[in-house]
Amino acid sequence: MTEELTPDGRRIGDVLMDLKNITLRFGGVTAIKDISFNIREGEIRAIIGPNGAGKSSMLNVISGFYVPQEGEIRFRGERRGPMRPYEVARLGIARTFQNIALFDGMSVLDNIMTGRLNMMKAPIWSQALWWGRAEREEVENREQVEKIIDFLEIQNIRKTPVGRLPYGLKKRVELARALAAEPKILLLDEPMAGMNVEEKEDMCRFILDVNDEFGTTIALIEHDMGVVMDLSDRVVVMDYGRKIGDGTPDEVRNNPEVISAYLGVAHE
Amino acid sequence: MQNAEAAQAGLQSIPALLARNAVRFGGRPAYREKEFGIWQSWTWAEAATEIRALALGFLVLGLNRGDRVAIVGRNRPAHYWAMVAAQMCGAVPVPLYQDAVAEEMAYVLHHCGARFVVCGDQEQVDKVLEVGERAPSVEHIVYTDKRGMRKYDHSHMNALADVQAEGRAAEQRLGAELDSRTAVLGYDDTCVMLYTSGTTGKPKGVVLSNRNIIETAKNSAAFDHLTEREEVLAYLPMAWVGDFIFSVGQAYWAGFTVNCPESAHTMMTDMREIGPTYFFAPPRVFEGQLTSVMIRMEDAGRLKRWLFRHFMAVARRVGPALLDGKPVGLLDRLHHALGNVLIYGPLKNTLGYSRIRVGYTAGEAIGPEIFDFYRSLGINLKQLYGQTEASVFITQQPDGQVRSDTVGVPSPGVELRIAPSGEVFYRSPGVFVEYYNNPESTASTKDAEGWVATGDAGFFEEGSGHLRIIDRAKDVGRMADGRMFAPKYVENKLKFYPNILEAVVFGAGRDMCTAFINIDLTAVGNWAERNNIAYASYQELAGHPQVYATIKEHVEAVNDSVARDPMLSGCQISRFLVLHKELDPDDGEMTRTRKVRRNIIAEKYADLIDALYDGRDTVSTRTEVTYEDGRKGEIRATLKIESARTFPTAQSQKVAAE
Repeated sequence: MTEELTPDGRRIGDVLMDLKNITLRFGGVTAIKDISFNIREGEIRAIIGPNGAGKSSMLNVISGFYVPQEGEIRFRGERRGPMRPYEVARLGIARTFQNIALFDGMSVLDNIMTGRLNMMKAPIWSQALWWGRAEREEVENREQVEKIIDFLEIQNIRKTPVGRLPYGLKKRVELARALAAEPKILLLDEPMAGMNVEEKEDMCRFILDVNDEFGTTIALIEHDMGVVMDLSDRVVVMDYGRKIGDGTPDEVRNNPEVISAYLGVAHE
Repeated sequence: MQNAEAAQAGLQSIPALLARNAVRFGGRPAYREKEFGIWQSWTWAEAATEIRALALGFLVLGLNRGDRVAIVGRNRPAHYWAMVAAQMCGAVPVPLYQDAVAEEMAYVLHHCGARFVVCGDQEQVDKVLEVGERAPSVEHIVYTDKRGMRKYDHSHMNALADVQAEGRAAEQRLGAELDSRTAVLGYDDTCVMLYTSGTTGKPKGVVLSNRNIIETAKNSAAFDHLTEREEVLAYLPMAWVGDFIFSVGQAYWAGFTVNCPESAHTMMTDMREIGPTYFFAPPRVFEGQLTSVMIRMEDAGRLKRWLFRHFMAVARRVGPALLDGKPVGLLDRLHHALGNVLIYGPLKNTLGYSRIRVGYTAGEAIGPEIFDFYRSLGINLKQLYGQTEASVFITQQPDGQVRSDTVGVPSPGVELRIAPSGEVFYRSPGVFVEYYNNPESTASTKDAEGWVATGDAGFFEEGSGHLRIIDRAKDVGRMADGRMFAPKYVENKLKFYPNILEAVVFGAGRDMCTAFINIDLTAVGNWAERNNIAYASYQELAGHPQVYATIKEHVEAVNDSVARDPMLSGCQISRFLVLHKELDPDDGEMTRTRKVRRNIIAEKYADLIDALYDGRDTVSTRTEVTYEDGRKGEIRATLKIESARTFPTAQSQKVAAE
């Protein structure tokens, strides 16, 4: 067991997910070219890069949504083949989306409850009659969901339909739903996109607290460099589908190739 | 006499009342808090056990007699327990405003010399740590919410639950010590120290004894016949004397239930679920509720709107008389009863007032329309007049004698007199002991015979004997031509309009009066939405020509009404501007209890005031603002200055007519 402590006392453990020589093509377009990196247990791992660098494709490879043509992915040491979405969820991978994917007509509470569908094992007759196991499970799941609601400070919108919420809060509800699945790895696709400074600060605090409190491993894509550098333990830098840097925020910040590709030149 | 009874019964401290309640009301709920979506509750017996565990835990940590324990957090049972636990150890609880920035907190922590600080959560702990060396007396931090706290240096820090666990373990060892400390508490010991927000200067620590709190609680509970079956919602800052009297003093005396909301944002929902029987709110809460009801009625269907208007008219005519027990005709009674089924009942339920028996408002003047709205619904809303230095109660309105323009008759046990200058003085069992470490201020406020200056100017109304307050005594001034200037009198009239959130009137020593206006973003924003007026920011909305036109109408209507009062007719507003930012406690422009700080505003916006008086039509300005996290920024704006029509005074009008 290789375990080390970060300067602020969090625990970073073994390699949880290992990606080796990943190449992903869409027809003639190569989105990801021969990339290898790993994600260790308990860390916050960021993937950055200019627009079109292949970050979201990379996240989709991690989540199992895209199957790369070449390379191998090992999750907890075991080689992972193509999977169906529910299999991904059962493995303990949860995610949020760049463009929010919630059920607009449902309340915040119900949206978050959907995150726990995998934990509901009661037979259909029991669920229909709301008796026995179904009722017990619902109570247990609701308890967990309430803890997450408390954690993310969204008690006041518990019963509000998601469609009526402002953007920043929807993002928080999405995070809540992902957390409800009690994931091992949480994938966040641009969690701060389109937020104002205050909302970004709140989101940062929640991400750090989730990592600290639940020990959840987090992989995130983000454009806001300040956020990435403050938040993450290690950063992968991509450009045109290639990996051009990998290391701690300080190492990446001083990498000349990274500076010329991303930090130094205004791509956006 | 009653005093002697209480003394004989040994009920001379809050811990003594707790012990009595644990026996007498053992099975009744003492505290409820909504957490994880469910109301958790503690009976008096359970609360006594929890508080004892915490007190023992404090002893384990080395809390001494006479130490100060600062408490900073939102209203939660654990924080009330911390106050009583500190008292059991012979220490003095000092609740602080939780939204205070580190700077303000540093002053108070240093001034009171707190050794222990109980913090609600990480945010408060961070502030106390940031204060650091500026309050060297702080030795231990205890926090309630564990979230985010794992990586902190815990050598002088503990979670409240852990302190309680240690306390339980130490029962055998320290139980006798705790009992002996609690047993010697008497009427003259300090019960609590509360820092007044103060519209001028640094906050002062008001020392209130057990006598002050318990006598006041006893008198006021008798005045409104409070029993152990009342339900209150504890949502106002714990550092405010009112919360201490309602949620500790009266709650422990009468043995009723204190309910803590889930978070500040869920207060309205939580209130609806609890349905308090005894409720206190500053006027702005009532105004806010009325505004939201009106906005929602605008969106309702035609039938509902008609029903609402029709029955509200009935309520306005019949409701107050019914509430005051005056004779009402049978037909009107039936009409009102129908309204109760169709409109008043459901509306009260929505607002959380279904079970309300007594409601109070104080702190600022309340608009007559707002006041009448609630009274006509059958809600027994009354006014009181009070101060921290008086343990709240100076005057209050008895049932059946309620009006919007007076603050009532002296509370039981309170003597009142009015000085020749017009300033109101009082003397009562609730009068504070002293300002902590500040004998000069104590001497200038309280004389040898115990009379305290309120700093407010007022007079007794002839006939009813009710007190009327005009303004702060020091704010009442003269204009250049010697006419009387009472800014608050005019500001209150302006603030009664839903579109106006705040107003500041200038004019002392000048030849005319002028005003700053703050628009109410909820009301004006809704109006803008309704009229398809697009705006990108508060600033843009505030400067919109149509908004200016509306505000101008309001100002002129106020001028018309001010002109009718011959004594104050000089206070009509000739020129005004709409401010580009909301006045904010974080910028020092208001106190934490949202009272305007005139001198600071006059200093900060000196350029705007100059422009109001030198006849310019527009003025450009830069203003520094403080964000919630303490960072500073700057906003620039060009403001328009508008003139308003003034009216001849009532008397001269008469002359003109002749």
